[in-house]
Amino acid sequence: MGLLNFFISFAVMATIYSIFVLGLNVQWGYTGLLNFGIAGFFAVGAYTSALFTMHMPTGALANYVTQAFGLGMPFLVGVIAAAIASGLVSILVGALTLRLGEGYLAIATLGIAESIRIFFNNESWLANGPQGLVGLPQPLHNLVSPQYYSYVYLVIVLIFLAVIYIAVEKGIRSPWGRVLRAIREDEIMANADGKNVVFFKMQSLVVGAMIMGIGGALYAHYSAAIQPGVFEALFGTFIIWTMLTLGGTGNNKGGILGAWIVWAIWSWSTYLIAKVVPASFATRAPFIRYVLIGVLLIVIIVRFPKGIMGEERQVSKF
Amino acid sequence: MKTSEPILSLRNVRKYFGGVKAVDGVSFDVYPNRITGLIGANGAGKTTTFNLITGFYKPDEGDILYKGERINGLSLHQTFHKGLCRTFQISRELKLMTVLENLMLVPPDQSGENLLKTWFMPGVVRREEIKNRDKALSILESVGLLHLKDEFAGNLSGGQKRLLELGRTMMAGAEMILFDEPGAGVNPTERKTLAARIRSLVDNQNITVLLIGHEMELVMDICNPIIVMDWGKKLAEGTPDEVANNPEVLEVYLGGSKK
Repeated sequence: MGLLNFFISFAVMATIYSIFVLGLNVQWGYTGLLNFGIAGFFAVGAYTSALFTMHMPTGALANYVTQAFGLGMPFLVGVIAAAIASGLVSILVGALTLRLGEGYLAIATLGIAESIRIFFNNESWLANGPQGLVGLPQPLHNLVSPQYYSYVYLVIVLIFLAVIYIAVEKGIRSPWGRVLRAIREDEIMANADGKNVVFFKMQSLVVGAMIMGIGGALYAHYSAAIQPGVFEALFGTFIIWTMLTLGGTGNNKGGILGAWIVWAIWSWSTYLIAKVVPASFATRAPFIRYVLIGVLLIVIIVRFPKGIMGEERQVSKF
Repeated sequence: MKTSEPILSLRNVRKYFGGVKAVDGVSFDVYPNRITGLIGANGAGKTTTFNLITGFYKPDEGDILYKGERINGLSLHQTFHKGLCRTFQISRELKLMTVLENLMLVPPDQSGENLLKTWFMPGVVRREEIKNRDKALSILESVGLLHLKDEFAGNLSGGQKRLLELGRTMMAGAEMILFDEPGAGVNPTERKTLAARIRSLVDNQNITVLLIGHEMELVMDICNPIIVMDWGKKLAEGTPDEVANNPEVLEVYLGGSKK
């Protein structure tokens, strides 16, 4: 039973990561936007949903917890608000950065994501600073006893993944996706074919960011506790890049597969590394994983740039 | 010779890059249903002139009128929607997209370019896609690339890329096409076919062409009138015979002392 529980909570996280990967695939896989700031949209989504669904602290708790507001709205409203907030932030980010070339866009988005994290860390009035928020409401939590809650939540996140997958596929295989891919291949050519490149890049950025915002909200309600430390670039950005790159940039199925594989490596590696390295190093095992993810990303890019699946030859299918 | 109103007029157009006078006060008219040639030595300002007409650059001075409307200040995608389609000196294609997709991208104002319509109006999108696919397939057949429709555009040969480029202009539904050296990198036999196809665009589809050419036979064969540029200025303008016998033009082309 313990192993099954472990697998279910593994599956929940792998599904949530699959959602982030789909968002990144819209931006990078199909449009060529180097977004190294996934963690920023992750954080905005998570905090927005928390603030929309939690109640303001009362009684003794109010002495220890400060938050800007707590609307006590239903879970679904929180998720939608997360998508909208993340989308709005991405419009701001896009307005500042979309005219930059690839590498500069990467640096700018990385910096913005880090700024967002530090903002949540320092501005205690907003969401309790470094301590973060604890006790986010969990949808349908009365359905089963708490130890089986992961089963319920797995169904919820799988439904979200399915809806997002279908919506993204529909868009990408239509003329909309064709314009994005044309921009990825050659911006000037897409422009000469009459496409408003900046407008379409903005759409891609916003759609991807909204998906990431939903992912952030789903993560927040699952862990029921969020603090700024979660949204560092490794956990929030580069692991997702590794997932997409391994599975196959420009292929949504591949991206989901990559998310499950990398999350499996990540989840089991602490356990495995702890067995392999001497006891005195055991406490450092988590940091060896950081190296592992970096090495994995480099090996894939150098040796298997197409990933496991890669883009299909004929993407337009309507 | 000038029987109708010009479709495109340049009025004293200037574009400087720092101290370089790339286009230095050029004026000319392009008349409908003709192939107007634009020739000149390397660096004469031909491609810059194209970039100015299509909105890739903005002129420092002067006016560009398309069907009587001032179009300088518009951007590249906006001039496309006005009916101007351009090609590039070094062929550009969407490398990791198929030949068919390269053409299906082109038609303007596709409903399916609106993400919401792909979700909520799939019927409309599908009907347009079928229409555009049929059109693209018939164009591919006419330029002789039908057998390569599912090939990545990046894998085509130089000559095939020029044919794809031609197909793209046919797909655009443009009134005026600006070809930037359509014959570059194409062997002489293929070049003759290409010339005939450009000719037939003008004769059969009422399209106006402005063409930059380096290969003199191609230009002399199909262009009339011809405009000659040199050092950012218009040097001469006339029929192929007039241009070929103009002493100043001969000096540029056959050498001679130049500043």
